[in-house]
Amino acid sequence: MMYQIIKRRELNPTVTLIEVDAPFVARKAEPGQFIILRVDAEGERIPLTIADYNRSKGTVTVIFQIVGATTEKLNHIPEGGYIADFVGPLGNPSELEGLKKVAVVGGGVGCAIAYPIAKKLHELGAEVHLIVGFRNKDLIILEDEYKAASSKLYFMTDDGSYGEKGLVTVPLTRLLEEGETFDEVIAIGPPIMMKAVCDLTKGYGVKTIVSMNPIMIDGTGMCGGCRLSVGGETKFACVDGPDFDGHLVDFDEAMMRSRIYKPFERHAYEEACNLFKKEVQ
Amino acid sequence: MANLSNTKNPMPVQDPNVRNKNFDEVALGYDEATAIDEAMRCLNCKNHPCMSKCPVAVNIPGFIDKIKSQDYEGAYQIISVDSSLPAVCGRVCPQESQCESACIRGIKGDPVGIGRLERFVADYHNANNTSAPAKPKAIGHKVAIVGSGPAGLTCAGDLAKLGYDVTIFEALHTAGGVLVYGIPEFRLPKAIVQKEIDTLKSLGVTLHTNVVVGRSLTIDELFEDGYEAVFIGSGAGLPMFMHIPGENLNGVYSANEFLTRINLMKAYKQSADTPIQQIHKVAVVGGGNVAMDAARCAKRLGAEEVYIVYRRSAEELPARREEVEHAEEEGIIFKYLTNPIAITANNDNTVGGMTCMRMELGEPDASGRRRPLAVEGSEFNLDVDCVIMALGTTPNPLLKSTTKGLEVDKKGCLIVNEDGLTSRNGVYAGGDAVTGAATVIKAMGAGKLGAKSIHEYLSK
Repeated sequence: MMYQIIKRRELNPTVTLIEVDAPFVARKAEPGQFIILRVDAEGERIPLTIADYNRSKGTVTVIFQIVGATTEKLNHIPEGGYIADFVGPLGNPSELEGLKKVAVVGGGVGCAIAYPIAKKLHELGAEVHLIVGFRNKDLIILEDEYKAASSKLYFMTDDGSYGEKGLVTVPLTRLLEEGETFDEVIAIGPPIMMKAVCDLTKGYGVKTIVSMNPIMIDGTGMCGGCRLSVGGETKFACVDGPDFDGHLVDFDEAMMRSRIYKPFERHAYEEACNLFKKEVQ
Repeated sequence: MANLSNTKNPMPVQDPNVRNKNFDEVALGYDEATAIDEAMRCLNCKNHPCMSKCPVAVNIPGFIDKIKSQDYEGAYQIISVDSSLPAVCGRVCPQESQCESACIRGIKGDPVGIGRLERFVADYHNANNTSAPAKPKAIGHKVAIVGSGPAGLTCAGDLAKLGYDVTIFEALHTAGGVLVYGIPEFRLPKAIVQKEIDTLKSLGVTLHTNVVVGRSLTIDELFEDGYEAVFIGSGAGLPMFMHIPGENLNGVYSANEFLTRINLMKAYKQSADTPIQQIHKVAVVGGGNVAMDAARCAKRLGAEEVYIVYRRSAEELPARREEVEHAEEEGIIFKYLTNPIAITANNDNTVGGMTCMRMELGEPDASGRRRPLAVEGSEFNLDVDCVIMALGTTPNPLLKSTTKGLEVDKKGCLIVNEDGLTSRNGVYAGGDAVTGAATVIKAMGAGKLGAKSIHEYLSK
C-alpha cells in the first residue's frame, strides 16, 4: 500500500504543502491531531500535524518545513508521486467546543497548524483573534486562509517587511493590557515562541494551550521517546497530547530533548542534498 | 536405538567475539545428523509430561518420532497442528521453564533439546517446502484482528484455516509486532517472521498496515463494517520509567525505543535514515529478555562497556537462561543487587553517570521472590553515557478509551473470561494486552484460544 500525493504546492522556499490520498486518516482527522509518515522503505518515521482534511475526497493535507534529510526527500516527491507510509490520525484532537473568544497564536510553519484550529473555532462561532508571526514577508504562508478563519488578524514579521515589526507576543501583550478577556490562548510554533507566550499569559492568568511536537517513532505510546515533563509528571505527547496546558510544560527540557540528534540530522541533511545535487548534474 | 547420553547436543553458535559485532543470528541450528542424534535422546515416555507444559500443547513426542525416521516434513505437519509459528517458537520460547522442564531425561542430565529440534524442523520446512498452503474454502464470516504480533498472527492463522475471512489491522508500517520491533535480528531473523506472514497471506488473510484501531477505526466501526467478531492482540503498551531524577536526559531510552530504532527502523544499518546515538558505556536497567536484547544490541552498536543493572540476584533473573548465557559470553557485565536512584547530567544535558544503591534480599514479597532492600550508605556512581530502562510496560489506554463497555482491571489490562471473551459481546482478546508483558508463546496460546472461541461463537 502506497499513499499518493495528489496535490503539491510550495508555500515559500522552505515550506511545502502536500495533500495525500489517505481515506483511513481522512475519515477521522480532527484539528490538533497528527500523522506519521515514512517517505520510503529505508525512511524514518516523522510526525506532522494535520493542516486540513477532506472526508469526502479521502485526503489529508500536511505542511512541512525542510529541516532535515527526510523532509528534503519528501520535498522531492512530485505531485502524483507516492510515499511509503502515512498513518493516523494520532494524538488527541484539540478541545475547542464551548470556547467563545480565543487568541490563536502561530509562529512560522506552526501557523499551518494554528490555521485548522482557528478555522474550526471560527466555524463553531467563536471570536478568533489570530496572531501569526514570520521572519519576513517572503516566508508568509496561507494568508488568504487566515483571513477566512479569523475575526481579527494580526501579522507580525521580525524585520517589519509585512504587518507589524516584532514578535507575536507584542500584539498579545497589547490585547491583554487593553483588557481583552480570552477563554483561552492557543499557541503553536517553535518551543521558544510557545514558552514566551506562556510566560506572558501566566501573568494574566489566561489558560494557554500549546501543541508539542517532540521526536517520535511509533506515535502510539509504545516507545516513550516523545516524553516531556508537564506539571512535574512525565507525559507522552503521542497519547497524552499533543496539546498540553502550556503553563505546566517544561519547555527547557523539551527544547533540550529535541536537539538530541542535531549533529546526525545535519550530516544526513547534507548527504541528502548532495545526492539530489548529483542527480541534477 | 535410544541415545542415552546425559548431555544435550550443544547448539552451534557464532563465536562470541565475532557475533557481538554483528547482527547475524547467534545460534546456527542443528544439522541433520545432530538433530537425529538429539531426537534419539527422547524415550517417548508414557505420560508425555513435556506436552502438558507447552502453552499450545504441541505433540512433542510425535514430532520427535518423525525426526528419528527422517521424515522432517511429517514432523513439521505435526507441530503445525498446534503451533502456527514453529520457526519463531523454536527460537524464542523459554523451553527451560516449559516443555523441557518436565522432560524425564532432565532428572539425571539435560532434558531433550525440544526447542532446538523444533527449530530444526521449521527451518528444514522453510528451506525445502516452497509450495504455499492452499487457501481453505471460504465459510462467509468476517473476523477482524487488532495487532499483528504473536497473538494476532496465531488467531488469524487458526481462523483462516477454518475458512474465515480474516483481516488484520496493524498500527505500524510492518507486520509482526514485538517479533519485528522488539526481538533483535540476531535472535529472530526478520525473514523468518516475514515467511510466517506470507504463509498467512496465502491462506487468504488480508493485512492492513498503518491502521491504528482506536484512532483510524474504532471497534464499533469494525462491527458496522460487517465484521462479526474482533480479536484484540494489541500488545503491551507504554514503557515504564522509574520516576527518578534525570530520566528525561538525552541518552536515556526506554528499551522499547532503543529496540524499535534498531530492529524495526534498522538504525544500525548505514542505509537507514533513523538515527541512534553513538554510545560508549551503557547501563540497561532490568533483568528480563528485553533487557538482555537491549544490552546485546548496545554491544553490537559498538559500546565498550555494557552493564545489566538488576536489583535482585542472578537466581531471580526473569530472562530466558540461554539469553543470559549468551549475554555473558558476549561481554555484558552483570551488576546484581544494584538499583539506580538518579541519573546525573553533563553540562549539555546528556547522561553523565548513574547513581546506584547496593541492595540485599529480604523476606519474599507478593511475587514470591525475596524483596530487594537498599543498603544504607551504599551509593556509588556507575560511569555511563547511556541508560536504557527495561522495566516492563503498562497497557495502552487507547482501546479502552474509544470502546464503550470494554472493561479493564486496575492495572489497565483488558478483562477476559476463560474463553478469552472481553466484556463486549463478540470481542475477544489475548496476549500482553490482557496479561501485561509476558512471552511470545503465551500470546500464541491466547491467540489460539481466541480463534477457538470465535469459531464456537460464530458457529452457533
